Amino acid sequence: MTHSPTRYTAPPTAHPPTLPAVPPQPAPPPSRRTALAEAAERLRHAATTEPGRLRVIGAALALLVVAFGAVAAVQTAERATAAGDVLHRSQPLSSDAAAVYRSLADANTMATSGYLAGLQEKAATRERYEADIRTAAAKLATAAANSAPGSPSAAIITELNELLPRYKGLVEAARANNRQGFPVGGAYLRAANDMMQKKMLPAAEELYRKENQRLDADYAKATSYPWAAIALGVAALAALGWAQRRLYLRTNRVLNHGLVAATAATAVVLLWLVVGHSVARAGLDDSRAHGVRSLNVLHEARIASLKARSDENLTLVSRGAVTKELEDGTVMDAYEWAFDQEIDKLAKALARADRLADDTAGRKPVQRANASMKAWRSRHELARGANDSGDYQKARDRVVGIGARDQSTAECFDNVDASLASALAHETDEFERAARAGAAATTGLPAGSAVLAVLGAAGAVLGIGRRLSEYR
Amino acid sequence: MRARRLRTGMRGWGGAGATAVVCVLVPVLALLLPRTHPHPAGDPAPGGRKAAHGTRVEAVACRDDEAHHRSLSPSDADGPTLAAIRARGHVTVGVDQDSYRWGYRNPNNPTGELEGFDIDLAHRIAEDILGDRNKVQFKAIPTNERISAVRSGRVDMVVRTMTITCDRLKDVAFSAPYFLTGQQVLAPKASRITGYDSSLAGRRICSAAGSTAHDRLSADRKNGRLPASADISTTVPNQLDCLVKLQLGEVDAVVTDSALAAGQAAQDPAVELKGRSFTKEFYGVAMKQGADDLVRRVNRILENYREDGGWKASYDKWLSATLGRDSSSAVPPTANYR
Repeated sequence: MTHSPTRYTAPPTAHPPTLPAVPPQPAPPPSRRTALAEAAERLRHAATTEPGRLRVIGAALALLVVAFGAVAAVQTAERATAAGDVLHRSQPLSSDAAAVYRSLADANTMATSGYLAGLQEKAATRERYEADIRTAAAKLATAAANSAPGSPSAAIITELNELLPRYKGLVEAARANNRQGFPVGGAYLRAANDMMQKKMLPAAEELYRKENQRLDADYAKATSYPWAAIALGVAALAALGWAQRRLYLRTNRVLNHGLVAATAATAVVLLWLVVGHSVARAGLDDSRAHGVRSLNVLHEARIASLKARSDENLTLVSRGAVTKELEDGTVMDAYEWAFDQEIDKLAKALARADRLADDTAGRKPVQRANASMKAWRSRHELARGANDSGDYQKARDRVVGIGARDQSTAECFDNVDASLASALAHETDEFERAARAGAAATTGLPAGSAVLAVLGAAGAVLGIGRRLSEYR
Repeated sequence: MRARRLRTGMRGWGGAGATAVVCVLVPVLALLLPRTHPHPAGDPAPGGRKAAHGTRVEAVACRDDEAHHRSLSPSDADGPTLAAIRARGHVTVGVDQDSYRWGYRNPNNPTGELEGFDIDLAHRIAEDILGDRNKVQFKAIPTNERISAVRSGRVDMVVRTMTITCDRLKDVAFSAPYFLTGQQVLAPKASRITGYDSSLAGRRICSAAGSTAHDRLSADRKNGRLPASADISTTVPNQLDCLVKLQLGEVDAVVTDSALAAGQAAQDPAVELKGRSFTKEFYGVAMKQGADDLVRRVNRILENYREDGGWKASYDKWLSATLGRDSSSAVPPTANYR
């Protein structure tokens, strides 16, 4: 691609450039008539005489080239804005919504872990719970600032803002009662978990979906071809070609410098437009295919792992207080059942993330998470066995993990969580690199196309003006 | 004393053999014949006497208010079930881990051992059969798995605030009753609710879904015993969830077994049992049908437990603080056998 259109507008020429850039004024009308009649007369004059025709052609060419430049500038500016939105607005907001979702699920997991550990609750678990609540509140504030009042997103955010303190109240009541040794603490924790799983997480998921829709819309805007500009560009080139052929046939002159320069400028803008946009589109598509899609699947995996961990904790907190009847009539612990569902979801999401990962750096953490998930499953079976055989203490140790020799599921969950966090960080980087490269491909295109189009139009006018001067 | 007198009475009226034969017919005939109520409602006659009286129709009709009189008479005799338990070296008992003062694992108890009235009884049974109160393996089972756990043999017995009912007698064998309870109202101390009466008008009442409490509330609201304006729409999966709702102010009162209500009151000094219990229900130890040696042995253990003060000591330790010393639950229920 060349950025030096001046080479074309200043061709080596024997004639020094002469200027009557302004077409000669027609003689003043003999009497005052209306402007309309005057214009009609001029048109008649233009259609019947060669200089008149030349004037019309020159004006039309200039108009076409300027229109092309203007439309190209507007359309590329629109796309650049949309690409910028993907990078700086909708993707970060989608990430924020994912962060709300994740911190809520994480808070619930930490609350249930802390409850189950009781007096052995680690300070880290408590701190992580508090940090999760803070993150959720902060990200909700960001999301609120970016949502239109009265929009569905705003309604969801309001709902979440209202539920969050109530949820926290239930968790604190659970904790206080548990410290007293009252089993009603477990009932409070179940109530908190119910509120989280049945109201808050679905709302957060909906918010995440809404933000992803916005991201999709920005992607669509940024990557759609600027067809209007391309069509105008092709039309301008065709018109310039036709005008030069007409001049050649009538005057036998091969080159009209002005028109050649106009053609060159138009061709450059058209080429720049198509190539620049294609590169941008490729970058954005890449950021979407390898970044956003992987990010979505990894978020999904992380949520599933967090829910599975909550359910695992609650199995031992509720101790059979809530059961679920399956379709075949067997009755099982509701949380044990939910754990099985979530760990299956986690396995599936990890398999998909593995397929989507496009390099070893991305695949490694996913595979680590997968290995930890398998270990988690088998350790969970041991804990379940201990609980079923009545050895509650052992089951709890296997889940909470007081010492390293407990071979606890806590260890596996932590590993899954850490691996997923690093996979998410990697894919976020991938996304940003690809999206940034895409957005950069159209840098300068709006301004460049505008400037070049003005130069091209000037060339066309000059070129036609030179022919016109021969009629004087 | 009273129990022994009644047993004597029963022997006088017919003998266990004949009674057993009649009772074997119960499950079969229960399916064939419509339910009949030969006795007028009111105080049931002592069960042993009635069963021995028995015309066939009388023996067939199991009524919930006398279902607790259908256990086998106590005996120390050995049998295949007891032999299997001795060979294994421990009794497996299905219990609750979440019922305060009944079967409960205190998170602050470093040994992590279960505690409560039901747990005491399970220890007593292990001590008597195996000579060591700790030779018992507890298995936590949810409420609605109590019957299947017994039938499948996953546990030898269930000691888990389980009410003796006719329905359940079709699936499992029960010991003699070991605790008298009944539905009772629980409400904040400051509340103007006085019991199961007109003071519940316009109040929101919580009960566990599918519980006898909820059935009773619906029936009583229809027949007018409960004011029609009482709102009984709040149901929860577990009775303890009602206490959460009560504390959060989402309901005004809770109706549940007085034994469990006492457990709830023990967790919150701001609530109390209101009025007297308005139904009569009996808890029993559930065992597998056909394990007659075990059922008879458990009944003998219960007899000793009542007489040597063990029962009373356990009641005083876990329940008297909330149920009261003069409650009708404060004395072990009279055992009558079929």
